[in-house]
Amino acid sequence: MRKIIHIVGLLSLPIIVSGCSDMGVKPWERDILAQQEMNLISDPIESSLNDHIYFSKEASSGGQGFGGGGCGCN
Amino acid sequence: MITFISVKKPVVVGKDLEVVAVAVTKKTHNNRELAQLLAAASCALIGGISPIVNAADSWDVDSAFLLYSESDGRVSAAEPVISATKNYDEETKLTFKIAADTLTGASPNGATASDHVQIFTSPSGKSSYNATTGEQPLDDTFKDTRIALSSNWTAPIDRDWAYGVGGYLSKEHDYQSLGVNGSLTRYLNQKNTTLTLGLNLSNDTVNPEGGIPTGLIQVPLNNLGSEFTQRSDAENKNLIDAVFGVTQIINRKTIMQFNYALSTSSGYLTDPYKIISVIDDNAGTNYGGNFQSSGRDLYLYEKRPDSRLKQSIYWQTKYQFDNDDILDVSYRYMFDDWGVNSHTIDAKYRFRFDNQYLEPQLRWYTQSKADFYHRYLNSSDYTNADFASADYRLGDLDTYTLGLKYGYKFADETELYTRFSLYHQESSGDKGYGKLTSQELYPGLDAAMLILGYKF
Repeated sequence: MRKIIHIVGLLSLPIIVSGCSDMGVKPWERDILAQQEMNLISDPIESSLNDHIYFSKEASSGGQGFGGGGCGCN
Repeated sequence: MITFISVKKPVVVGKDLEVVAVAVTKKTHNNRELAQLLAAASCALIGGISPIVNAADSWDVDSAFLLYSESDGRVSAAEPVISATKNYDEETKLTFKIAADTLTGASPNGATASDHVQIFTSPSGKSSYNATTGEQPLDDTFKDTRIALSSNWTAPIDRDWAYGVGGYLSKEHDYQSLGVNGSLTRYLNQKNTTLTLGLNLSNDTVNPEGGIPTGLIQVPLNNLGSEFTQRSDAENKNLIDAVFGVTQIINRKTIMQFNYALSTSSGYLTDPYKIISVIDDNAGTNYGGNFQSSGRDLYLYEKRPDSRLKQSIYWQTKYQFDNDDILDVSYRYMFDDWGVNSHTIDAKYRFRFDNQYLEPQLRWYTQSKADFYHRYLNSSDYTNADFASADYRLGDLDTYTLGLKYGYKFADETELYTRFSLYHQESSGDKGYGKLTSQELYPGLDAAMLILGYKF
């Protein structure tokens, strides 16, 4: 099962990347995306506090970046 | 936690960079500012991506205070955080962050509830604590204060490449963590596609109260026991994390990210404060009761494997509606070689008004247990176990977060926000046998969190 996930993941990467060349916007169309609220992590401090709590209460961490770590709370 | 900020940031910074290349001002909320932004974007197009104005040589401060409190007198925490970012130009930044947290309260020690009063040796071996009949055993000596410092630098290499480097230090009285990290970002398709590779190395030292206990050995009565006297003071663990991310702008209102993350840890991964009950499975009056050894209930120190490989796949999409509201949805699948599989779905919806916003949030998390997780061990075969942990965080677990955030943006672009959320955990698993079936083996947990934040 894990191997299948790995293979599917690896195979789909070039498709995602090449397929993405048709997407996107022109530089002058970035008004909405330039808003601070549209950053993928728009509130880094709040996100880090949340991740700290989840890291100390659950067996999973990370994904979005390097979640958790740096403390002996888990 | 610190690692999170320093390397997660470059992924965001990556997006910042592509945005600032045409935008200059990132805090844009109204039409007038939009007009300025478009003008700046045009300038950037004509004049390349050289820094123009505004952000240069300014400091951005982001601060917050967290209060966290669990039900039934369990853990409570207070954590102030402050981060300051110096913007040398639109693409070059230096960030410092300091966080401090204080934890107090009681934490489950891993033992089962019982039909009699249980007496436990404290981690230091210098005292003991009790759990009354039918009560979840909680170690009330749990107390910690932590200081964490981190710093991160990001800068462009050329038009298409950027990098970031960082370091952090986290210190508690019984735990230290020292780490370095780096990231490399590549822009493609007119900066509509961003590839990011991040690497983090960390060296942690565990020096618990009373020293390092021997795994799967009976917890001594006190620190005069021979097990205590032969303990080492500290153990280490090393962590390597790598994240590969693809960020893609889909259209004017949609941005999406895919991440694949790999995390390996090796060394001492056991929780030195966790124990596990041995239950009597011999037929008789004590069937399902605590097994006795050396004239007292038998509890063993837990023991986990000395390596762990975690992998995760993460997807996030952010979409802005025509009325300016924003939907933020993410999904994470994580699996590791301890047998834990987990799914996390997080959804936020931001209702935006003139200077204010209201953001409800819903998060659902579910995990399957680690292979060596046992709520208890049986007296007939506990000596055969290679690894065992009764830590509910490695068991079958479902958690829910319900949150509401309110924010106000002042005219000078400073922002004040507050968020209140409720967190609920439900554990499940083997219900035991005999006397044990009448005990609550999987008590749930409720926690409340309040965050107050100010950015200027």
